Amino acid sequence: MPPLLEARHIRKVFAGGGGLFSENTETVAVDDFTLTIDADKPSFTTIAGESGSGKTTVARMLLGVISPSDGEVLYNGQNVSGLDKGQMRSFRQDVQAIFQDPFEVYNPFYKVDHILTTPIRKFALAASQKEADEQIDVALRTVGLRPEETLGRYPHQLSGGQRQRITIARALLLKPKLIIADEPVSMVDASLRATILASLHKLYRDFDISFIYITHDLTTAYQVSENIVVLYHGTVAEAGDVEQVIKNPQHPYTRELIHSIPVPDPGSAWIEEQVEEKQVDETEVDENLAGCRYAPRCIHAMDKCEKKPPLYRSGVGCAASCFLYDDQESLAGGDLTKIFSESDV
Amino acid sequence: MSDSGQKKEVLLDISGLEVHFETRRGIARAVNKVDLKLYKGERFGLVGESGSGKTTMILALLRMIKTPGFIAGGKAVFDDGTDLLQLDTEQVRQTRLKRVAMVPQGAMNSLNPVMRIGDQMVLTMREHDEPGDKDELMQRVESLMEKVGLKPEAASYYPHELSGGMKQRACIAQAICLNPQLILADEPTSALDVVVQRQIMQTLRQLQLDLDATVLLVGHDMGLMAQFAERVGIMYGGKLVEVGTVSDIFRNPQHPYTQLLISSIPSFEKRGDFKGIPGVGLSLLDPPSGCLFHPRCPKAMERCAHNEPTLRQVAAGQMASCLLYEEEHNAPAS
Repeated sequence: MPPLLEARHIRKVFAGGGGLFSENTETVAVDDFTLTIDADKPSFTTIAGESGSGKTTVARMLLGVISPSDGEVLYNGQNVSGLDKGQMRSFRQDVQAIFQDPFEVYNPFYKVDHILTTPIRKFALAASQKEADEQIDVALRTVGLRPEETLGRYPHQLSGGQRQRITIARALLLKPKLIIADEPVSMVDASLRATILASLHKLYRDFDISFIYITHDLTTAYQVSENIVVLYHGTVAEAGDVEQVIKNPQHPYTRELIHSIPVPDPGSAWIEEQVEEKQVDETEVDENLAGCRYAPRCIHAMDKCEKKPPLYRSGVGCAASCFLYDDQESLAGGDLTKIFSESDV
Repeated sequence: MSDSGQKKEVLLDISGLEVHFETRRGIARAVNKVDLKLYKGERFGLVGESGSGKTTMILALLRMIKTPGFIAGGKAVFDDGTDLLQLDTEQVRQTRLKRVAMVPQGAMNSLNPVMRIGDQMVLTMREHDEPGDKDELMQRVESLMEKVGLKPEAASYYPHELSGGMKQRACIAQAICLNPQLILADEPTSALDVVVQRQIMQTLRQLQLDLDATVLLVGHDMGLMAQFAERVGIMYGGKLVEVGTVSDIFRNPQHPYTQLLISSIPSFEKRGDFKGIPGVGLSLLDPPSGCLFHPRCPKAMERCAHNEPTLRQVAAGQMASCLLYEEEHNAPAS
């Protein structure tokens, strides 16, 4: 059985990063990313990174919204860009997206019912109006909404949290196998964030839906996911079991990242502690560095960092692309599947 | 950490501050009778969900509320007796930057894109009649650049030549150029990466200590508040519901809303455990009667729907606005 969705060495280069008066440059947004989502075993994978790390570009390639410059995205073993009409239809049903902004996904002129009834109609999910209503009712209740409080209203009459949960209900209606959620809680208030994450987690647990959760927020990533991929400037810095990566980060970038998060404990010395860091003039960093992208900021940088480091095993169920671990086994083809499956047992 | 907040001198005494917005569906009380004392040289964190009135409150202190909003009442009195809310337009202009300065949320849109950073700051100083010719002022700008962790040459850059973190540093330099007593910072790092966030917040704290200025930090990142603030105020529906030292708020919160807020903070300690706050946020146009939080409050009592609680002392240095801490008026004397 081929995997549900597979990214093989995908790479995305955006042309013309330069402005009107500067040279036309290319920006490598994603460089050699490989990930497999199994069809038979649900998984919850976070792709984490800061702005400019390429996490949204990865999501858009996985969704088939943009095509990779190199490499391929396969759905059931078929290249997504070459799917015929019927395959495309089932791809659009199996793989659902939830986006960041719970305001922009709605057309303000339609009641919120519209985004729930449209997929039912387009995909002929229900034989009758009654069946359609039932499905909507169940989907809304699953994500913790009361249909009588939500249906028949316009988007502006609902809170951001309610709107975001309706988009989750919409995804759920299609009984997908995979949901790709791009920063689904970053625009929602902290008190509602937990409720929405709980809805996502429930779909994974109870409905066996796999998730790719795209975020910059490592605390929520730690809460919901099983596996994590940390991106830095388009390359995988570290990947593995979320417990391992968050609690015992190996790549110098992941360490810096986790160390920088302000913890909600007034006793710690986050604000006082002087961080060991290299002074980097951000305006002079080469965007398309051939070697390790993190080397200019890395306190462990060595001569060999001028070359691009492959993923090395950094422990059980985790890998880091850093020459500090070059005495360990390197991962053939950068495939994370093997690493992710280790922590399951 | 020095917790000698009680003995400190008051810098700004805000009392009964009310900001209303007139809408077709009635008046929204965005800031609803807020009393708050800010002390000299302290870092105060103001926390709340979107729509809780935290940003409106600092805009009121800067006198930047625009119609349909207006300041409907209250005072904000400085230690010398000046009431910020009574100043005329010219006095407001003089007060900004000199006494009250703001570090904006989106540094991206806060700098003039067609002027060099240094020229903008020189212009600002000129507007405030700072003495000295252009070269002298530019020297001051360059030393400000160094104070905020930029190279002096950054003064000759245009905003687009700077990264997000560098732009935010430039904004901080602009905010402190006239040594203000009060710095209002509205989520100054929400658009930045965490690594840069930490550097910026460390810089801001160092400057606050050097200038002995008061910083009012507004935001909803509880982790950031825990690390930066010495005292914290919690807002809900335009009201201040609890004020206390950062350790009291995080370790011993008294108001049920604060308690839920603290327990909903995600951390690296618990996986697959999601605690939210039940219910939905209130509508300012149709607020509930009595305590604004009672429809969502797990500890709500019958009288919470009728009686409005007031902010009162519940422990040393800690105030909360909750009927749990108010005796019933008709209760038999015990």
